Amino acid sequence: MTDETTELTVPDLSLVVLVGATGSGKSTFAARHFAPTQVVSSDTCRGLVADDENDQSATPDAFDLLHYIVGKRLAAGRLTVVDATNVQREPRRQLVRLAREHDVLPVAIVLDVEERVCAERNAARAERAHLPGHVLPRQRGELRRGLRGLAREGFRTVHVLRGASEVAAATVALTRRYNDLRHLTGPFDLIGDVHGCRAELETLLVDRLGYALERDAAGRPVGARHPAGRTAVFVGDLVDRGPDSPGVLRLVMGMVAAGTALCVPGNHENKLGRYLAGRKVRLTHGLAETVEQLDAEDGRDPEFRGRVREFVDALVSHYVLDGGRLVVSHAGLPEKYHGRTSGRVRSHALYGETTGETDEFGLPVRYPWAEDYRGRAAVVYGHTPVPKAAWLNNTLCLDTGCVFGGALTALRWPEREVVDTPAERVWYEPVRPLAGPVGVPGGASARPLDLGDVVGRRVVETRHAGRLSVREENAAAALEVMSRFAVDPRLLLHLPPTMAPCATSSEEGYLEHPAEAFAAYRAAGVREVVCEEKHMGSRAVALVCRDAETARKRFDAPDGVRGVVHTRTGRPFFDDTELGNRLLRRLAESVAGAGLWDELATDWLLLDMELMPWSLKAGGLLRTQYAAVGAAAGAVFPGALDALAAAAARGVPVDGLLARQRERAADAAAFTTAYGRYCWPTGGGLDGVRAAPFQLLAGEGRSLAATLPQDEQLALIDRMVAAERDVAHRDPVLTPTRRLFVDTGDDASVAAGTDWWLALTAEGGEGMVVKPRAALPLGPDGRPAQPGVKCRGREYLRIVYGPDYTRPEHLARLRERSLGHKRSLALREYALGLEALDRLAAGEPLWRVHEAVFAVLALESEPVDPRL
Amino acid sequence: MFLTISTTGDARRPATDLGFLLHKHPDKAQEFSTSTGRAQVFYPEATAERCTAALLLEVDPVALVRSRGQGRGAAPDATLARYVNDRPYAASSLLAVALGQVFRSALRGRCEARPGLAERSLPLTIEVPALPARGGPEEVRRLFEPLGWTVTAEPVPLDGRFPEWGDSRYVRLTLTGTETLATALRQLYVLLPVLDAAKHYWISEEEVDKLLRAGDGWLEPHPERRLIVNRYLARRVALTREALTRLELARLAEADDVEAEELDNAVPEAAESTDDEAARPEPLAVSRRAAILAAVRAAGASRVLDLGCGEGRLVGELLSDRAVTEVVAMDVSVRALRVAARRLRVNRMSERQRARLTLFQGSLMYTDARLAGYDAAVLSEVVEHVDPPRLPALAYAVFGAARPGTVVVTTPNAEYNVRWESLPAGRTRHADHRFEWTRAEFRRWAGEVAELHGYVVEFRPVGDEDPEVGPPTQLALFTRRAAEGRDETREETAA
Repeated sequence: MTDETTELTVPDLSLVVLVGATGSGKSTFAARHFAPTQVVSSDTCRGLVADDENDQSATPDAFDLLHYIVGKRLAAGRLTVVDATNVQREPRRQLVRLAREHDVLPVAIVLDVEERVCAERNAARAERAHLPGHVLPRQRGELRRGLRGLAREGFRTVHVLRGASEVAAATVALTRRYNDLRHLTGPFDLIGDVHGCRAELETLLVDRLGYALERDAAGRPVGARHPAGRTAVFVGDLVDRGPDSPGVLRLVMGMVAAGTALCVPGNHENKLGRYLAGRKVRLTHGLAETVEQLDAEDGRDPEFRGRVREFVDALVSHYVLDGGRLVVSHAGLPEKYHGRTSGRVRSHALYGETTGETDEFGLPVRYPWAEDYRGRAAVVYGHTPVPKAAWLNNTLCLDTGCVFGGALTALRWPEREVVDTPAERVWYEPVRPLAGPVGVPGGASARPLDLGDVVGRRVVETRHAGRLSVREENAAAALEVMSRFAVDPRLLLHLPPTMAPCATSSEEGYLEHPAEAFAAYRAAGVREVVCEEKHMGSRAVALVCRDAETARKRFDAPDGVRGVVHTRTGRPFFDDTELGNRLLRRLAESVAGAGLWDELATDWLLLDMELMPWSLKAGGLLRTQYAAVGAAAGAVFPGALDALAAAAARGVPVDGLLARQRERAADAAAFTTAYGRYCWPTGGGLDGVRAAPFQLLAGEGRSLAATLPQDEQLALIDRMVAAERDVAHRDPVLTPTRRLFVDTGDDASVAAGTDWWLALTAEGGEGMVVKPRAALPLGPDGRPAQPGVKCRGREYLRIVYGPDYTRPEHLARLRERSLGHKRSLALREYALGLEALDRLAAGEPLWRVHEAVFAVLALESEPVDPRL
Repeated sequence: MFLTISTTGDARRPATDLGFLLHKHPDKAQEFSTSTGRAQVFYPEATAERCTAALLLEVDPVALVRSRGQGRGAAPDATLARYVNDRPYAASSLLAVALGQVFRSALRGRCEARPGLAERSLPLTIEVPALPARGGPEEVRRLFEPLGWTVTAEPVPLDGRFPEWGDSRYVRLTLTGTETLATALRQLYVLLPVLDAAKHYWISEEEVDKLLRAGDGWLEPHPERRLIVNRYLARRVALTREALTRLELARLAEADDVEAEELDNAVPEAAESTDDEAARPEPLAVSRRAAILAAVRAAGASRVLDLGCGEGRLVGELLSDRAVTEVVAMDVSVRALRVAARRLRVNRMSERQRARLTLFQGSLMYTDARLAGYDAAVLSEVVEHVDPPRLPALAYAVFGAARPGTVVVTTPNAEYNVRWESLPAGRTRHADHRFEWTRAEFRRWAGEVAELHGYVVEFRPVGDEDPEVGPPTQLALFTRRAAEGRDETREETAA
């Protein structure tokens, strides 16, 4: 016994198992050293399942519950303390297994307290006063017998506190895990598999990364330092196969010792370590060369071999760096293993994961973990030589086969810039050519995206509106349309959001009126708005590339495809591909003519537009739906009116009825006039086709929708329209969008806006869209404001609400429409559409873009009044 | 909505007796409130020589929509097709209902005021200026002529300004003949909705009884009896389905200005109605399934994927093979899966049987971890429903990612189409076929896929092989090659 304070070290992510007889003070100890939520007690669990903490019959259920809670906490990466006697081997075995399942270290703290003390404490507690006399001696006996075997049971740290006073004096110190270097923020230079290629490593460090080498008396590099204090990070496999593994080791060991580099072990270091430890290993895969080189080294520097062994033994299998944003391990690491500690984590870090299956040669089959990776941290690794380093789901393999005559590659972090230096020669003949890259989902290999990223109930994180959820049934409908009808996801980078109408007008004869739109923006604190003429055709999104080569390079488009024109549900706009191509060429010419490729520093543009006439795309619907109604009305009214007139002539009192039918007939005629305005024949080619672009959505590296105000947008589009006319096309396709800027705080300006709308709709226009001038309008609460509201013309609305909606008795009821859900939907789809563009601009993997695009489509299938 | 009924007479038998028969006075305009709207009955002419009764039904379009409103935020949840529609104008089932209510006694042949009158056949002219008839004038004639009517049915053009749009589905109908008024009304009552055959707005459990009553005396000998009964009763199924399963897709169709049917066409309409009715033996489909089963059996496969299972006919046959221990039936259409589940009577399967079957929605346009590790996959009549630019994705998902040991692919042989008498030249066999391949085209595709993904492929004919144009269906049997080339990293792990 001692009065000295004992400091118990506990890794900050571990499963702490308290071991001690009843009355040994475990709960008190736990309460003193850990937060209440960190402690899971078997007594508490017994109480939860049986309403009685001492009901021994509830023990099996109580432990089920305890294991469940512990499992949840460990899965979430939380330090957990188990407060139970744990004097028997079986309960401890279960806890060790649980810790391993979650890849955390099991720690035992044994409270070996005198039987007398335990008995006194139990006697003082009413519920334990009747504890049978044999229990304590049995528990202490079991504890004593088990003590020596704890390490063998799998506890990586065992603390034994002997006697009540030692228990009372002990303190607990949480220690950081070896792999947790989140506090190091670099900047870093991550370097791929070197395999003894010292010369290439020197070139890479000095010429490509800007390090200064330090050399020993013999001129051999023993260290390197970056003037800006950058840190090199080696992803392992420094040795074997290449010409100078000792030279590479000397340099890297010097850098690690000096703190200018970090290094994780590769499988080759691991095998070298076993060789140096005297274990029997086969001298294959280039180890023979290293052994030979080390033997030669012994003559010059007899200590070197021992230093290598120490270095290799001390390597930590993976590191979490830069606030958790970067993970480095030799063979990559799935997210659930980040920062975890277990044999299998180390094994994955060194060798990668195997599926447990073996192939026909009896060799284990590797599991393509990176394909499934969806984590937020970037994982940088090596191990598998690839022709070129390419990001896959936020993972990057840096092994570009330098020793096989490829290149030595590095990643500058956080710049995410890849630099490399070519091999000076083939140092080691590869058994076979380097494997091709794993097909990037949505890349040139035709490998599609994964279903897991789109189906089921989903929550999509957006920059502008937080987490947005998609319901399962809506995702199911979107899956069907996306799979059966949509264009290739590689080219489907945005879907336009729906737009809410302005608040319902109480103006006589009107359902929608601009006064409401202006008033709403004024109330939201938005003064500068632009009224844009609303073209009545079909919505289209065009991905316009400078040429087919750009489309291939940037979007992995198949040969000859120079972009795409698709509808608002992602279907190809034109059944005839050649017609689509002709429109894309025309658009590309206009962009070039307007000088926008250079001005916006991009080789491609995503455009939102309206394609006219309406009958071009909606011909089927027009015939079966709208024209059919007109035809039925046209057929029925002449006869009915004649019959009524004849009856009236006979003196039958039908005057009121006749008058009403005349009005209905006139309404029906107005209806056919209304849809007829948006129909005209097109010659099969672009003849008669009109395209009205009204927004530039994105270009390379930039979401234009989020950064370019509407007036600047329209000015650029005007230049495109003008450029097309400059080329003197006989039949220009591009159509300007008329607009008027209105100050919602100025009554005269608002009146001008209203007059403008009245004139626009009187000449047959659909109406207008009122948008804030700013690119990302925010409401007074700082949340996104409606990006636009539509004010549809009185005549146009007949197509939506029916021929005789303007009759007062109908209008009165139609005014009771509810806009809340539509507005919410418009905002959510807008945020998702912007999110897709932001992800595209940030160069995120395709599945991330597709996730947002897919969500827009899914939301489009939500129930909402379709007339809005 | 409007129709007129005229008769002629003389001083002895004045035409105005029509008023007694209809129980509506010829000199009054009478308004009735019916379940479908306000009905007006008036007589444009009423003399002893000639008397015409007119029925004008005004439905309230706003109320029609509102009565169905179940959407969120009190918004009516339906598709636009319900808002702008022909119901206020065309002589649809709504008019039939009104007819039944306004002329209830006449329909039943009762006329207390003039006993004996109701039994008398009258010279009648019935005019329906806007009669919706999906089957066109031809069908109108087929339905009315066997009943003894002289039929004039002129198609109504869709829009005079756009002659290229052609005719609408409405005809201007005139029936002339001699018949009791009651029979004529009952024939209209049944045949108006039968001709409309499209969208209906009410469900009634007593439709069968109503049909039997209204059809008494004329339906039994009608040569189109089967069509009439099916159409009249089928609408209940159609409406239920429309209400329950189509809305998500219908909304997406609407967002894109296309008809719901254009997107929601994964399962033929017939499959929806009755299980056995639609199960007419289709020789080619039978031999296709037999060929597929033979290939699956020969491969010794016990765990089988049916990718694009549709109505699940092949699934049923796979399940009845004892060698097959597990079947995964996948389709991208939720509707197809529902039909399949119903057809296979999944709810009534024994637990053991049920455990062998998994049905889920999936897509071959994405990789899907659930599909890995199976012995065989069948893609029966699937590839031709995929746009050609997306076929490489399908090939990757099946052959590159799921990688079953055996893959059976069947698809139509386009060359054989010239042998289908009913198929116009240049047309595909199904409206949703994005292409149909010749034998050479199929072989080229299959060969490239096999080469790229490490399979060997052989081809088999399905159905009677024509010496010149080959078999109606072609089948490719892919077998995965034993993996070649050793991955160095694997050796490391093994070492």
